[in-house]
Amino acid sequence: MCGNEALSEAAIIAGLDAYFGYPITPQNEITAYMSRRMPEQGKVFVQSESELAAINMVFGASATGKRSMTTSSSPGISLMQEGISYLAGAELPAVVVNVMRGGPGLGNISPSQGDYFQATRGGGHGDYKTIVIAPSSVQELADSMSRAFDLADIYRMTVLILADGILGQMMEPVVLDKKPKPPLPAKDWALTGAKQRPQNIVRSLWLKDGALEKLNYKLQEKYRQVQKNETRCEQYMVDDADIVIVAYGIVARIAISAVNKARQEGIKAGLIRPITLWPFPTEQIDKASEELRIFLVVEMSCGQMVDDVKLAIAGKSPVVFHGRPGGGVPSVDEILEKIRQLTVRNSV
Amino acid sequence: MKTVFKRTPSLKDTQTHYCPGCGHGLAHRLLAEAIDELGIHDRTIGIAPVGCAVLAYDYLDVDMIEVAHGRAPAVATGMKRTNPDKIIFSYQGDGDLAAIGTAEIIHAAHRAEQITVIFINNAVFGMTGGQMAPTTLLGQVTTTTPQGRQSNGQGFPLQISELLAILPGAIYVERCSVYNPAQISNTKKAIKHAFELQMNGAKGLSLVEVLSPCPTYWHMSPARSMEWIEKEMTKVFPLGKLKDIA
Repeated sequence: MCGNEALSEAAIIAGLDAYFGYPITPQNEITAYMSRRMPEQGKVFVQSESELAAINMVFGASATGKRSMTTSSSPGISLMQEGISYLAGAELPAVVVNVMRGGPGLGNISPSQGDYFQATRGGGHGDYKTIVIAPSSVQELADSMSRAFDLADIYRMTVLILADGILGQMMEPVVLDKKPKPPLPAKDWALTGAKQRPQNIVRSLWLKDGALEKLNYKLQEKYRQVQKNETRCEQYMVDDADIVIVAYGIVARIAISAVNKARQEGIKAGLIRPITLWPFPTEQIDKASEELRIFLVVEMSCGQMVDDVKLAIAGKSPVVFHGRPGGGVPSVDEILEKIRQLTVRNSV
Repeated sequence: MKTVFKRTPSLKDTQTHYCPGCGHGLAHRLLAEAIDELGIHDRTIGIAPVGCAVLAYDYLDVDMIEVAHGRAPAVATGMKRTNPDKIIFSYQGDGDLAAIGTAEIIHAAHRAEQITVIFINNAVFGMTGGQMAPTTLLGQVTTTTPQGRQSNGQGFPLQISELLAILPGAIYVERCSVYNPAQISNTKKAIKHAFELQMNGAKGLSLVEVLSPCPTYWHMSPARSMEWIEKEMTKVFPLGKLKDIA
């Protein structure tokens, strides 16, 4: 199965009630798959007139307590930012998948990681965050879906799956199984008709003096809980490493091959792979930088996550960046050569 | 003493934030009365727009949501598709529906979404301070048409109900007003009819346009505003059923 189909089926298994989407490459397999499978399950599929409409259809379905999602690629995700900000203000759960492509503008349809800032800084207007999960294989992409829906329901916020054109298109064997659900809070806020209870209101407008400030403090407290409980990262051969690569998504997959090759050459290389980009594994990277080592951040961008790595390390170790923007994909040899250069220079 | 008139339960007993002579209060009451008379209070979900009626949930005592400017028909789509047993209405002004939300209303009608739209047309952007709306009449002075609206450069008043009525997915479109008791009573009839279509599972969108006064930004007295609707607005926006498949 390709990544786009795997995530679609995984979302259905996770209890997706409604899918809303608009065509854009390289994620069209999702809308095609959903248009067939959702009606088969007696569930809702709507091809919207725009990404603006798609995210607002999610807004509507989610407000009634249903599990809903939309998917798109970079330019379409930009259009959805208004809706994602409203979802944050109204504290509604939602799952959004961004199968990133090259930008800026219409860019191209090649894989990219150019939307890191947009994804991890909220993306739209106002002080808010979305949980950002960055899988690095088709299996992990599929496994992320049920976790995304659960996290969205638990924290009443948007969970963004940040994939890229390679993950979306790549075919890999995948096991799809129903994951046990964690205890989820009751959706007593949902709009279901005010039958024998007072009216429920879903809103993001707070005009009374101090009310919006209060909401923002409440959101920040929720985000602190997410940071405390939901940060995930993978560490590979970091303990004795002289050089640690930091990479996420498909780039981490490429980087791990470079680490293995470097080890064969006797270079002590390791890898830290943030799985959640927000919350960012700041503590884990900070801890790894307590011993002096070189950190090499590799991204399919001109350097975005590298800022978070530098903030985590706070000058304790050198941080070097290597990136390829606009649809360029770093190769194993390219990363290996970078590792060699940095370690040779360091040992002289 | 015999009670001959009382507030309908779906309308809250509260102070209004609307300006004196504003038509929203009337429209809210008609909507609440329609909901109660049809007995759908327990399964109705309303959508408040961006505009003066953003706080509609402070007056209407049903489950409600407030949504981004113009997006109500998309939100309504998400709600109705996942909850076909619920009665979904959006309440939108002319800036919301006829300017920024044009794509959403046309495509909701185009897909024959089984929702009800209450479209309040007062020919002006109210909440932002009286700017030109797509529905502003030619010659009408607003804060962004200080010389009066000219067709050359600012376009003609947009008759969005006529546009929608030609779509097969729009099954009922009627333009009403509230400028006298007969029109008020007809508006309520139209709102009830629109809801009844949705209750009966009629396959499409129903829309009631209400020509409504905005004395503040028309710079007229409430009484003069009602006359202006009757004499001027209805020339450009003629009242009546544009379409009814029932």
